[in-house]
Amino acid sequence: MLGIPPGIWLTIFFIIPLSLIWLFSFGDKRGLIDIDLTWTMANYARAMDPLYLQIFLKSFWFAGITTLICLIVAFPIAIAITFAPSRVRPILLLLVILPFWTNLLIRTYALIAVLRTKGYVNIGLEYLWDGINAVLIFFGMEPSGLIGERFVPAPLLYNNFAVVFGLVYVHLPFMVLPLYASLDRMDRSYLEASLDLGATQLRTFVSIIVPLAMPGIISGIIITFIPALGSFLTPDLLGGTDSQMIANVIERQFKSANDWPFGSALSFILMYVTFFVLAARALFSKRNSTMESG
Amino acid sequence: MRHLLPKRKSIGPLDYIHQRWMKLTLALSFVFLYAPLLILVIFSFNDSRRNIVWRGLTFKYYEKAWNNDGLIEAFANSLTIAFFSTIISTILGAMVALLLWRFRFTLKGVYEGSMTLPIVIPEICMGVSMMAFFSRVGWPSGLIWPFNLSAITIAHITFCFPFVAVIIRARLANFNLEFEEAAKDLGASEWQFFRDIMIPFMKPGLIAGALLAFTLSLDDFVITFFTSGPDTVTLPVKIYSMVRFSVTPEINAASTVLIAITLLLTTIALWLQSRAGQNLGH
Repeated sequence: MLGIPPGIWLTIFFIIPLSLIWLFSFGDKRGLIDIDLTWTMANYARAMDPLYLQIFLKSFWFAGITTLICLIVAFPIAIAITFAPSRVRPILLLLVILPFWTNLLIRTYALIAVLRTKGYVNIGLEYLWDGINAVLIFFGMEPSGLIGERFVPAPLLYNNFAVVFGLVYVHLPFMVLPLYASLDRMDRSYLEASLDLGATQLRTFVSIIVPLAMPGIISGIIITFIPALGSFLTPDLLGGTDSQMIANVIERQFKSANDWPFGSALSFILMYVTFFVLAARALFSKRNSTMESG
Repeated sequence: MRHLLPKRKSIGPLDYIHQRWMKLTLALSFVFLYAPLLILVIFSFNDSRRNIVWRGLTFKYYEKAWNNDGLIEAFANSLTIAFFSTIISTILGAMVALLLWRFRFTLKGVYEGSMTLPIVIPEICMGVSMMAFFSRVGWPSGLIWPFNLSAITIAHITFCFPFVAVIIRARLANFNLEFEEAAKDLGASEWQFFRDIMIPFMKPGLIAGALLAFTLSLDDFVITFFTSGPDTVTLPVKIYSMVRFSVTPEINAASTVLIAITLLLTTIALWLQSRAGQNLGH
């Protein structure tokens, strides 16, 4: 009885809509809104076109590099929080989580103000440039040869750099939390033993901390990579014409290009990739747990 | 063991947080996370259109945002949608949580798995499927307010209630089954047990779940973007269209208001959850 209303809700407003675009992905576009279900594979074949394949590869590349940067940045943060005094720890954790609770759109907008040509980073760089210039002139040197004739703002927005920067900014908390969760469960006497036996901090990190934190590392990679791969807003607002990700192509098919069958096919490819990653993860954790118990 | 060690003033090998490079990394990370948001908030009070150099405190952009009818209408829409989504997704979420916690049934795994689907599938896929669905079933548009918001509200409920279910289930996992035996021994009916024991026990989870649903609904952009029409603009969708146009202090003001509401609600939810966690021992 209890399960029926939510079940009906999920079926009507989730399963049916998804099934609808699944059917569309095998359809033929006829006219402005008519779609004939012909079970054609043409939409999927078109997704394999070099143009779209390249966008898929780019999305993977962006999501991958974002995950890697997040992992490198989040590890020290997670270690610092784990070993922080118990009164500071909740505060540090809260500080990591808070941005996560701020609207994604607003966080992306905040980055525009920081990165644009007349943004704070470039204003800062200009001050720096002026300073160096003044020093050089003071010492009677010709500044133009060393640092250029006049200040050229760094192109920080509307390019691939901005997209990866934005993705890291948005997804960093996703990586810190699972890392912290697994480091927190770690038995510290292993670390003490390792250090007592003369291993360096680096050696201890590589051969004790990383293996023990592996479940957290895997979780962190998965929950950073999946949303990064399907990002729409970050490449839309921060990216240039050549930094479009797969979600931007999907949006265009459903809005301006009005090619729903193709957009549906792309959506389902994105979903299959997501499920594949999740299934691989489930398989990995199952194998790990049997190894531990066996 | 640890308390037997002599207290040292020097930095221990595991006191990573007291090492200088660690402090620096932490500080830089927090600057990276907070500087853009702080700048956004600070410059919503800046008395300058160009938005770069500080020219003194002003509230005129808040006044401007307040007098911007489009913005206020979008805000009213957002609050209305969040209100209805919260009520329905809290009820649905509680039902799912109770069912999965209490009963075993065939296909439970399938049921449970499909309830987490809205959490795991990419937002864009959910957005376009909702858009296709509402246009294909011929969902009535152009109804009078607030019924014109029904499509967005339905989409919001669909992605909110699985989250609510997760929160309430976490609360239920701590339920002491002896309470049920005691209640039944003393002659309580199933309904009395539910009303007098379960609901009060679930209350912190219900409130935390409701607050989560409210913030999720208020904050959502991607799914709303595909289900909203020209007459049904929410605050994030409105801010998006303003951002596409230009960067103005007015957007900073509107954003600051949204950040403040979200932070307030989240703080209440976290506080309630930690208080509920403390009460468990009693």
